[in-house]
Amino acid sequence: MNTSHSLRARQTDRIMTGIFYCVGGFFLLLLLVLAGYILINGFSDFQPGLLAFNRNGIGNRFFDTVYLVFLSLLISVPIGIAAGIYMAEYARPGRTTRALRVSIEALSSLPSIVVGLFGYLVFILMTGAKWNLLAGAQAVSILSLPLIATTTEDALRALPHSYKEGSMSLGATQWQTIVGVLLPACFPRVITGIILAAGRGFGEAAALLYTAGQSVNINWSNWNLLSPTCPLNPFRPGETLALHIWAMRTEGSLYANSTEVANLSAAVLILMVFGFSLLARLISRSLGKKMAGQAN
Amino acid sequence: MSDSRPFEATKKGGPGKQLFFRKYLGCSIVTICGLFMIALTVSIGAFLIFKGMGTFARYGHSVFEFLFSSDWSPMDSGTKNGGGVGAAIYICGSLLTCGLALLIAAPFSLAAAIFITEISPKLGAHLIQPAVEIFVGIPSVVYGWVGLTVLVPFIRDTFHAPMGGYSVLAAAIVLSVMIFPTITTVAADSIRSVPVMYREAAYGLGSTRWQTIYRVVVPAAAPGIITGIVLGLSRAFGKALAVAMVIGKTRAFPAGLLYPTNNLTAAIAADMGNSADGGEQNLALWSMALLLFLISILFIVVIHGVGKKKEGMVE
Repeated sequence: MNTSHSLRARQTDRIMTGIFYCVGGFFLLLLLVLAGYILINGFSDFQPGLLAFNRNGIGNRFFDTVYLVFLSLLISVPIGIAAGIYMAEYARPGRTTRALRVSIEALSSLPSIVVGLFGYLVFILMTGAKWNLLAGAQAVSILSLPLIATTTEDALRALPHSYKEGSMSLGATQWQTIVGVLLPACFPRVITGIILAAGRGFGEAAALLYTAGQSVNINWSNWNLLSPTCPLNPFRPGETLALHIWAMRTEGSLYANSTEVANLSAAVLILMVFGFSLLARLISRSLGKKMAGQAN
Repeated sequence: MSDSRPFEATKKGGPGKQLFFRKYLGCSIVTICGLFMIALTVSIGAFLIFKGMGTFARYGHSVFEFLFSSDWSPMDSGTKNGGGVGAAIYICGSLLTCGLALLIAAPFSLAAAIFITEISPKLGAHLIQPAVEIFVGIPSVVYGWVGLTVLVPFIRDTFHAPMGGYSVLAAAIVLSVMIFPTITTVAADSIRSVPVMYREAAYGLGSTRWQTIYRVVVPAAAPGIITGIVLGLSRAFGKALAVAMVIGKTRAFPAGLLYPTNNLTAAIAADMGNSADGGEQNLALWSMALLLFLISILFIVVIHGVGKKKEGMVE
């Protein structure tokens, strides 16, 4: 009886192992099918015209996406890194630090549509402006701030204590230690966090719905920064790739080949995500090698 | 900061000024940035409360009506009063889609987490973990777009759903794909942190791997797994556009899984742009946003409660 019991246990074990392998395989397959479908669908009807920098192509929307994320990083990187430094180096246990931790947690779990509404209220309605890229960038930076702050804090905390002790014992102040020694040492990890934040920004749509607007009207020969059609004017409305896919849900028949544009936008977004996560992986791997080299 | 002579006072400024730049300036800047993040969170909360309370304060609706009535017919002109602001259909839609998404995603995510940590750490680290990271990165509108162009027609043709496949089921499936990476990552972390001793003891008593997993490892990692599930649920509540693309946006309670309905985020995304600022409809939508905010705060509190319990167990 004892043997039959253990036999059954071993059989169950084998069956469950098989099931776990199936689940693992299922997720891989799902990813391959999903990515394959999006990429093939996106590039199968490809015509050079779809890349054009006009309302029928994705060129302008691609530019808007990159420019908007760039603007948002200009805001969120300095503030996020500074807040991370504060939490890792200066914050003393107490009420303020607890409030800051709760704030960061609350910010990172806020639904992006709520952040979008806040942005709409503060950056559009209260300033009396029209939909513009800067408002969209501010909304996206609210979403990426907690990520950058926590990455910086974790990176600083992961450094060996001897770095700080060495620098301070040479007479450097705490601030000189942070800027001259600690930040350079954890730079790759911070960069990885920023890349991940940028990757998320590319796909953001809900927060931009009522902040960045949904028009693409860029005149590439107009370089007057104050003009609403100048590509670099942050105060012009702009539609990103992700927003365009959302718009396609209802406005499918508005322009010629708009479905193809949406398919291609999805494929390009996926490629950007692949590229960015690969980049983040490469940087953190090179960091690992560097650290191993230093230890020897 | 490139100055390498910290103790020498230079000619102009003197030691006091030097000290200021070397020590206090940076400290004040980073402190201000830290305080700025607190101020940002507080002001988001304050604006949401200010706007969201308008339905109840300015237009005199009761909270009970907002939460439990299904009469949604708010006025959209100026400051006129009189329509109903019952959001029960939207709240029900959110609860239903998120609950169903969790039912689909939780078992799969847990299985994936166990696969990564216990069954095949090597394959897990090289194949599944990167796959999970890519799933996280795929933008939610892309999920929505695939749902709209593949899943919705599939449901329409397979189950002969009314309304052309726009349904609670489609929304739940799209949501479950979006929340599974969160649950998997958090659950895998917590399973990894179960001490090896536990496993050795179980194997030493003659357990098979499966017995070790479901009798020892999973119970020991339960608080972390629950945290992951709650986090996934809170993500699911906030997802707006992907759900809005496949849910059908019909203002009615769904008669079944294959029927369309509407939810909080989809309603905000669709109607906010068309409503006059300060009108009854506008403020009712803000109340929905406030509700979403409160739900996400509630989930944070729940997660902290689970975390406390975990610490208690270790002691």
